[in-house]
Amino acid sequence: MPSTDDQRASDDASTELIGKPAGGAGASRGPARPSSDSPQNLTQAITLRLRQPARLRNLELLMLVIAAGICAGAIVLVQLGATGAIDASVLVAGSAVLGLALIFHLVLRVVAREADPFLLPIALTLNGIGISMIYRIDLAYGREGWAAFGVKQIAWTVMAMTIALVALVVIRNYRVLSRYRYIAMFVSIALLLLPLIPGLGRDGLNARVWIDIGPFSFQPGEIAKITLAIFFAGYLVTARDNLSLMGPKILGMRFPRARDLGPILVVWVVAMGVLIFQRDLGTSLLYFGLFLVMIYIGTGRGSWIVLGLTLFLGGAIVASTFLGYVQGRFRAWLNPFDPTEYSADGGSFQLVTGLFGFANGGLVGTGLGQGRPQTTPLAESDYIFASLGEELGLAGIFAILALYLLLVSRGFRIGFVGQDDFGRMLGVGISFVIALQVFVVMGGVTRVIPLTGLTAPFMAAGGSSLVANWVIVAILLRLSDSVRDQPRMVIG
Amino acid sequence: MNKELKRVSFVVLAMFVALFISSSYITTIQADSLRADGRNYRSLLASYSAQRGPIVVGGQPVAQSVPVDDVYEFQRTYPQPELYAPVTGYYTLGQGSRGVEDAMNEYLTGNANSQFFDQINSLLTGQDPEGATVELTLDPAVQQAAYDALGDNAGSVVAMDPATGKILAMVSKQSYDPNPLASHDPEAVKSSYDALVADPGNPLQNRAIQGDLYAPGSTFKLVTVAAALESGEYTPDSTFPNPATLQLPGSTFSINNAEGGSCGGGETATIATALRLSCNIPMAQLGQALGADAMAEQAAAFGFGDDSIEIPQEVTPSRFPVERDGEPIDDATLMLQSFGQGSDRVTPLQMAMVSSAIANGGTLMDPTLVESVLNPDLSPVEDFSPSEYGKPVSTATAQTMTGMMVQDVADGAASGARIAGVDVAGKTGTAENGQGDPYTLWFTGFAPAADPEVAISVVVENGGGLGQSAFGNSVASPIAKKVLEAVLNK
Repeated sequence: MPSTDDQRASDDASTELIGKPAGGAGASRGPARPSSDSPQNLTQAITLRLRQPARLRNLELLMLVIAAGICAGAIVLVQLGATGAIDASVLVAGSAVLGLALIFHLVLRVVAREADPFLLPIALTLNGIGISMIYRIDLAYGREGWAAFGVKQIAWTVMAMTIALVALVVIRNYRVLSRYRYIAMFVSIALLLLPLIPGLGRDGLNARVWIDIGPFSFQPGEIAKITLAIFFAGYLVTARDNLSLMGPKILGMRFPRARDLGPILVVWVVAMGVLIFQRDLGTSLLYFGLFLVMIYIGTGRGSWIVLGLTLFLGGAIVASTFLGYVQGRFRAWLNPFDPTEYSADGGSFQLVTGLFGFANGGLVGTGLGQGRPQTTPLAESDYIFASLGEELGLAGIFAILALYLLLVSRGFRIGFVGQDDFGRMLGVGISFVIALQVFVVMGGVTRVIPLTGLTAPFMAAGGSSLVANWVIVAILLRLSDSVRDQPRMVIG
Repeated sequence: MNKELKRVSFVVLAMFVALFISSSYITTIQADSLRADGRNYRSLLASYSAQRGPIVVGGQPVAQSVPVDDVYEFQRTYPQPELYAPVTGYYTLGQGSRGVEDAMNEYLTGNANSQFFDQINSLLTGQDPEGATVELTLDPAVQQAAYDALGDNAGSVVAMDPATGKILAMVSKQSYDPNPLASHDPEAVKSSYDALVADPGNPLQNRAIQGDLYAPGSTFKLVTVAAALESGEYTPDSTFPNPATLQLPGSTFSINNAEGGSCGGGETATIATALRLSCNIPMAQLGQALGADAMAEQAAAFGFGDDSIEIPQEVTPSRFPVERDGEPIDDATLMLQSFGQGSDRVTPLQMAMVSSAIANGGTLMDPTLVESVLNPDLSPVEDFSPSEYGKPVSTATAQTMTGMMVQDVADGAASGARIAGVDVAGKTGTAENGQGDPYTLWFTGFAPAADPEVAISVVVENGGGLGQSAFGNSVASPIAKKVLEAVLNK
């Protein structure tokens, strides 16, 4: 597409922001709008909306029923497989999630009728399978009540879905977000710095990415991937011309001017900071990958990728020579079966044990509740893929990967058919983050790349990750709704 | 923008394809080696909670899992522990595994690829998974006879059917009781295991196929003579000078014939006489004449140096070294090795294979302990029919050697193995181990010579308790005789 069209699209976006204060400002105030009408009118409006045929929502409802069946079935199978009896209490707790999904669906009928019908059922399925696997590990360790990660995960899911729901209702016009791009940037940096503040940060097993607030622990970096995506999208839409058109041509590639290198250097410094101070290779890779993909899409210049990869690899190589833990990860990756690596502190024990889990599962798995995933450390969080591979087998892993791929492709679809560049880049950015995160986690577990400490989106135990990913779903729903809701303005 | 999006989409697709490939690779191609990895705690636990298949000899289990009331659900027991321990081995919590229990672990636990559809079947029908039954080729009567005949001696007996390679008896002493190793208390397992490891009698070693190996002594002359006949330049009547002592070239060391004096008198000795009376000097000259390469080639044809022999447990390769410290061996060393001294080292199984090949018209069958592997419904899991290892000697050579070995028993150095009414072919050995150390006593052979039913090798350590005054013929031959009789009397 010629860049003039893109330019027009972003102009449209800004025109809308400026030209329709009621829509934009109203959306940012959120609940204010419905409440300004009388209750009767609101009821009428909702009734009217619900009466209108909503083909997509009906499709979504059908798939939600299937997803709910899969989730409940997984819990029951875990119980039957592990204990041989059905314990209704967990099912009751789990039904809160299913009920909330139904509410989510009903709200969508009102506030985002044309939203993508696949997103909610996929997220629910992945989340549900994750909960059943976490619950299964709880059973193996005999964890009960609030000490059980599964119970916590259900509570977090309820909270995450509620937050996503609120985000969906509040952000009626996502273009508002581009206005807050610099706020998003500062929030991102603040979130990334939080774990480094003494007293607040917690020394985790390897990475320093957690903060403790009272009884809660939180990974601020998970939220930062959304705010970073908003910042990148907003920033690149305005700065793309400078970044893409200017600069010297070297070896047939147009490289950016030195003065335009600022942003990439800032992001690089941030990524390296995460790598060095938080000792988290995975998160560092995630942020930088997100930035590279978004700047590439925004500018269409391959030179950014070349430049970025050179910077990152260079930094990573330097870091790995000076940072023991990065070196250790590489050694464990290359020679996991070496006895010294295997028994070394922080060596390949976890990696190899996870591989044993996959092997134990084989093609069809041992069946839920019937394998021994608890043998692997962190089987409910970092290593949930290995646990799933063991009990659901290669077939289950393929199905889960296919769900992720479908989820990501729905996000990319927004990028292809969206009307304004901010929305398109935001949609692609946050979907790419999910794809990259799946790749980094699963690739680490299956020895495609060195092991890093990221969480599997929607599945791994951990509240911050759930909140972040459900908010991503909310944003994708909002973006996809606007794609369908309005006829395409740009004809290209 | 769409062009870039497409490219990024391909990158995302490529990332997922990488994950599809890696997970497929792990769960299919790599899975077997992962499951077999000794550090795989899952395999270990699985092998306990599923009913591990029994190991059966002659219809009776020699290792079986019986239900018990603890987390492991089944207790492995060995009803005749000492008799079969070197073959069955053990399967422990935390201290590894050994023997058939180790080598056939996948089948016994039911995880072998060939059992895939049976496992799916039991998954669908809701049955508890069960391991396969491993039926061994051992003959309980022959095994018992060999065990009894060896008595209190440390050593080993291997008997096999030359026509099929099936091992009929495999005894190794000192033996041990694997039952304490099957305990479900890891601490108890560890202390039992440590005690066995510390035992000076090395009970955990199956001497028939592994361990430190033995100097073959005169039994190796069979290989030397086979090499001579196969070369086409020698017949049993070829002659060599017959001194009473021979100084080795380039060395101050002299060799004698075991009985002292020359080889049966006369200026020259034939190969046949040298083999019959087990003379060292003519064999040393023969080996020197043949050269190290021809000797090594013949030894390799019998299986020396082959590290891929599995019965199904791995067999330590026997050695006929042609190099020492990177240099080709000199003639003196070659001459010593030609009559089974020097650096020659063999397993009893290897010597049984030499006899077996000669007995079977020159064709060596793959030695094996596995008769069949049966699913719980008694259908065979995999085909374990006899297979050929190779043809180390021609049929003519085999016949010629059979004749000489029969003479050796009827009218020579292996007279202790004579059985009334049966032609026994054999060769004894009395291997020296070092100044003042007791001899290693050998017999290898087969019977009946015309239509061999069994090939055997017997090795007795420590001179059978008689130090340097015992000979292979006085100690090993009578043991072999009892085992051969046990086969022939059936």
